[in-house]
Amino acid sequence: MRELDPVLVLAELTDGVVSRSTRALLTLARRFGTPEVVLCGPAGDDTLSVLGRYGAPIVRTLWGPGVEEHPTAACVEALVALAVRTPPAAILLPADHAGHEIAARVAIRLDAGLISDAIDVRPDDSGLVATQSPPGGTHRVESTVVRGVPVCTVRTEAVPLVPAPVTARARPFALDLPPHARAVRLVERTAVAPGQRPDLATAAVVVAGGRGVGSQDLFDLVGELADELGGALGGSHTATELGWCPRHAQIDQTGCVIHPDLYLALGISGSVRHRAAVPDAGAIVAVDRDPAAPIFTIADLGVVGDLRDVVPELLAEVRRRKSRPHTEV
Amino acid sequence: MKIVVLVKQVPRAACDISFTPESNLERTGKRFRLNGADECAVDQALRIAPWRRDMEITAVTMGPPAAEEALRRAMVLGADNGIHVCDARLSGSDALSTARVLAAVLRRVEFDLVLCGAGTSDSGMSAVPAMVAELLDVPALCHADTVTLHEHRLEVRRGDGAVRETLAADLPAVVSVRECCGAPRYPRFGATVSAREKPVRTWSLADIGMNGARVGLAGAATRVRAVTVQPRPRRVLAGEPSDVAARLADFLAERQFL
Ligand SMILES: Cc1cc2nc3c(=O)[nH]c(=O)nc-3n(C[C@H](O)[C@H](O)[C@@H](O)COP(=O)(O)OP(=O)(O)OC[C@H]3O[C@@H](n4cnc5c(N)ncnc54)[C@H](O)[C@@H]3O)c2cc1C
Ligand SMILES: Nc1ncnc2c1ncn2[C@@H]1O[C@H](COP(=O)(O)O)[C@@H](O)[C@H]1O
Repeated sequence: MRELDPVLVLAELTDGVVSRSTRALLTLARRFGTPEVVLCGPAGDDTLSVLGRYGAPIVRTLWGPGVEEHPTAACVEALVALAVRTPPAAILLPADHAGHEIAARVAIRLDAGLISDAIDVRPDDSGLVATQSPPGGTHRVESTVVRGVPVCTVRTEAVPLVPAPVTARARPFALDLPPHARAVRLVERTAVAPGQRPDLATAAVVVAGGRGVGSQDLFDLVGELADELGGALGGSHTATELGWCPRHAQIDQTGCVIHPDLYLALGISGSVRHRAAVPDAGAIVAVDRDPAAPIFTIADLGVVGDLRDVVPELLAEVRRRKSRPHTEV
Repeated sequence: MKIVVLVKQVPRAACDISFTPESNLERTGKRFRLNGADECAVDQALRIAPWRRDMEITAVTMGPPAAEEALRRAMVLGADNGIHVCDARLSGSDALSTARVLAAVLRRVEFDLVLCGAGTSDSGMSAVPAMVAELLDVPALCHADTVTLHEHRLEVRRGDGAVRETLAADLPAVVSVRECCGAPRYPRFGATVSAREKPVRTWSLADIGMNGARVGLAGAATRVRAVTVQPRPRRVLAGEPSDVAARLADFLAERQFL
């Protein structure tokens, strides 16, 4: 490992705050060299202080005409320009929609190998070794990049955050976007208002109930749990048949297919059609009375128990933890 | 108007993935289907079709001989014809090579719009559409939930949890659609039979002017070094409701959902 090698990290703010994935990427980046952050837009003192705490001395803040309207293109142009100027040990990006697109374009522009959805990255004599977890979670794949600067999108949920404080300085990076980079225009961007339930199909968190929920009253409690977790509420085929939940919120192959980071399935046995509608959830948690319910075959965490007890307890526990002052690592 | 839909064949069961000793995806003894999001992409093409004159929908796939089935399925769903890039040297291609091959095909056919799935259910890198767009130097609108085509301008809506966006670009463009953009409608009666008669062109690397240096295992910029079987660590808890609830909350906190 060469301390001085820059490692480019694409940073993201959520609601103006440095997102957890960025802090995790910085933690990983330090294994390869000195993190150099690329941030689309200005960095306030709070932002610099968090980025510094996780070991980034340099923060390239992108600015220039069109940068705000064309954030994806701006990040691509900046990463390519920086990588050409001083070849970094790696380029790390979050494995979300924007990160995937930016990484793909950067890899083409640099003719460099792309590894996506790594759950871990570490240096070795060949450069970078990434661990991937293909869908189904039954295999682990170790990949390396054999041409160009390794470009890597990382799923950071399971990466522990480790601070290593330095002083971060903003270095404004002026971009003159070429015409082709302006081809995609942002027409509108709206934050999904807190309290407003997100779309089932696109929600990051989905909480759903099935026959096992047993009553409309308990189903409403499941809805409250969804709200507490900032998630969408759905139901199994049976739950909609029973009228506990509207048709358009039916999760199955013919209803709605979901792609959440977290799926909480309550009293849903998990028919083939239901399981097929959750092809790629990040984490699946299931609660059911029947230890033989097929939903447990796809769950990362299963609880065998009666929902009449578990749902109220869980709701209370979640509320208790949310009311505690937030402590950051 | 000419629409090209990029389609990929994937294992039928999302969880049924295994690897050959060479670390390629195991194909023998497996059942395959057309990637779900790609079916939606074909369907989006059909939704646009009634509003345009001289509409032609071409499905394109790169894959081994059996991948022709994915093209047939796309034609059952409504594509007019297919192009199958099939060449032994393509085995082991990474995303960069796949995108280069698909871009080479697109340089040889006319297109106003390229529709793709946002990602596949097997390796799912969500990379190929943006790569193809970059190679062709046309705009890419990725991960669309809805697609609307105005005269020469495309508009897509997309969202991932906290924000919803509307993006626009002029044609020609590449659009990738998520599975939630709407389930494909049931094929017309007789579609399966008539799809058998639709033309499929099979092209080798030479047919698209590529020489094989930048494709397949030899040309890949990434290399799989090891594959290990890793049963998903499943934990099943039981016990006092309050205790179970606390451990559930721990799990949610660990994964940063709380
Ligand atoms: C477990 C595993 C891990 C892998 N890791 C990597 C890696 O880290 N880096 C790397 O470069 N490659 C990797 N590969 C190989 C890579 O996934 C494929 O080579 C490449 O073809 C991209 O496919 P995708 O399904 O990921 O594409 P995606 O980008 O997810 O596909 C999106 C859309 O592009 C279109 N498309 C994709 N492939 C084709 C095709 N062959 N024909 C027509 N249309 C297509 C479809 O419309 C599809 O819906 C990996 C493969 C496996 C099995
Ligand atoms: N009170 C309950 N608590 C937890 N699970 C239940 C309860 N009652 C029924 N179930 C489960 O709910 C599931 C409903 O199945 P289905 O309607 O097929 O989705 C079954 O797996 C039952 O075992």
